[in-house]
Amino acid sequence: MQIDIEQKVRQFITDNFLFREDRASLTDSESLLEAGVIDSTGVLELVAFLETEFGLALGDAEMVPENLDSISRIVSYVQGKTA
Amino acid sequence: MRVEQFLRDSSRRFPEKIAVVAGDRRLTFREIDVASDRLAAALRRHGVTRGDRVVVFMDNRWEAVVGIFAVLKAGAVFSPINPSTKADKLAYLLNNCRAAALITLGSLLPVARDALAEAPSVKLAVVTGAAGKPAVAGGIRFEDALAEPGIAPSPDAAGIELDLAMLIYTSGSTGFPKGVMMTHQNIVAAASSITTYLENTPDDIILNVLPISFDYGLYQVLMAMRVGATLVLEKSFAFPQAILNKIAAEQVTGLPLVPTMAAILLQMKDLKPGAYPHIRYITNTAAALPPAHIARLQELFPQARIYSMYGVTECKRCTYLPPGELAKRPGSVGIAIPGTEACVVDDAGQRVPPGTVGELVIRGPHVMKGYWEDPEATDRALRPGPFAWEKVLHTGDLFRADDEGFLYFVARKDDIIKTRGEKVSPKEIENVLYALAGIREAAVIGVPDAILGMAIKAVVVSTHAAMKEQDVIRHCAKHLEEFMIPKLVEFRDSLPKTDSGKISRRLIDAQPLEEAE
Repeated sequence: MQIDIEQKVRQFITDNFLFREDRASLTDSESLLEAGVIDSTGVLELVAFLETEFGLALGDAEMVPENLDSISRIVSYVQGKTA
Repeated sequence: MRVEQFLRDSSRRFPEKIAVVAGDRRLTFREIDVASDRLAAALRRHGVTRGDRVVVFMDNRWEAVVGIFAVLKAGAVFSPINPSTKADKLAYLLNNCRAAALITLGSLLPVARDALAEAPSVKLAVVTGAAGKPAVAGGIRFEDALAEPGIAPSPDAAGIELDLAMLIYTSGSTGFPKGVMMTHQNIVAAASSITTYLENTPDDIILNVLPISFDYGLYQVLMAMRVGATLVLEKSFAFPQAILNKIAAEQVTGLPLVPTMAAILLQMKDLKPGAYPHIRYITNTAAALPPAHIARLQELFPQARIYSMYGVTECKRCTYLPPGELAKRPGSVGIAIPGTEACVVDDAGQRVPPGTVGELVIRGPHVMKGYWEDPEATDRALRPGPFAWEKVLHTGDLFRADDEGFLYFVARKDDIIKTRGEKVSPKEIENVLYALAGIREAAVIGVPDAILGMAIKAVVVSTHAAMKEQDVIRHCAKHLEEFMIPKLVEFRDSLPKTDSGKISRRLIDAQPLEEAE
């Protein structure tokens, strides 16, 4: 389950954001903001992806760096919501 | 008055008051004053002298505030550069102004180092956050400079208010950025006028998430220092709820926005009217907010006075709409800011009657002195005014006035695109596109976007059948600042041309788009 979530999230970030960067990969704990991988519209795209892919409904209060600013944070957030 | 006097005065009046909140750091006016004195002394020791240009290549952090004031105290000229700038463009800018020094971050060193290798004028790099010794030739650590006691040159030794204070680069239709020259007098005039109509006081707490490399963001710093207000610096609006949490925690009173940020705020589902009663005012500039957004913003922030404003880098701010007029004329960007004049003229420079579209012309002490070492562009923008000694600013923006003199933006005269509140030159992006092997023709246009205002779209003709949208975007991301990277790429067999054979952006715009969007 966790591996499945992680793969999907990583795939989404690679396909939609990471391809722009001059780097092949991103560590699980790296901040997407600090790494320059994601911006305002990127966060909106990420949220739309999480909502359709995992059937979640994210409240505003959940759209914070603590939940969404790295692959591992996204994975544990999605896990918590779908458990 | 010189700009650094803002800080000296506020430090004398409110030494222990918090001047800057950035992340976990809170610094008082005295701390910013002392730190910038020390850095100014270090700059002088390392050969920076009066009139030298110093590039500040940093994101929104307290060190950037110290850096800017240190440069001014040293009698030098600061130039703030967007931290997402890539090495080749940074080198271009360093060479264009023949910078004597660069102030930057350890995390930006890979970019800075490549640029410095191409910029022989730079004698000194001041690097913050670098562990151990700065890994760049001619470098000193920011922290070391601040650790050493030092006193800035006396105000008299720094210079007078007619001296150049800032070079702020703006996109030009040629594709090469131009350095807008602002004297101390220019900045003091603009900052004083704006803080007057915003009625800023030392009780204000201003949250600034706009990049300080962008004059709207930069002036939040300068104006807070001028009035002795507290500045809360944030780096990104990507997580708007995190910003709202900060607004509540710091009891923010002033919130500068661009339309993109307003659009993002208005998309939030759980934002309740009146939840942030301490917000006294909200400002918007860069492009007019849609009237529906203004109405919704006012509903969410009922206590806030909303200011619709308009500006160009060449005079910082042109107009503002007194908030009391907003309900009556939501599409207007108002009247000239205090102490200045704005009018609409025809091609011959004659004022036109209300309702007639013409170019917006600005008079006032905030009008730039010209573009750095670009007399032709300067002559196009600054033209003879009513007095023999005066030049007035031709903004290149088409406006009209209503019967009571309130101004309305109509269009740009050139092809400059406004996206996320920033001006982008299509030519600059096209130059980058042509450097990608396989691109035979390229044109960049703006397409309406609910969040970005305009989204940047590249329309290209490629000789490589396998080339994909991602290849084009990846290439652009290597050479352009973040806000310039196209959001959309369209491949075509050919691009429409004018009779003289030039690719026509307007004709591309006019063609029906065949995208599945």
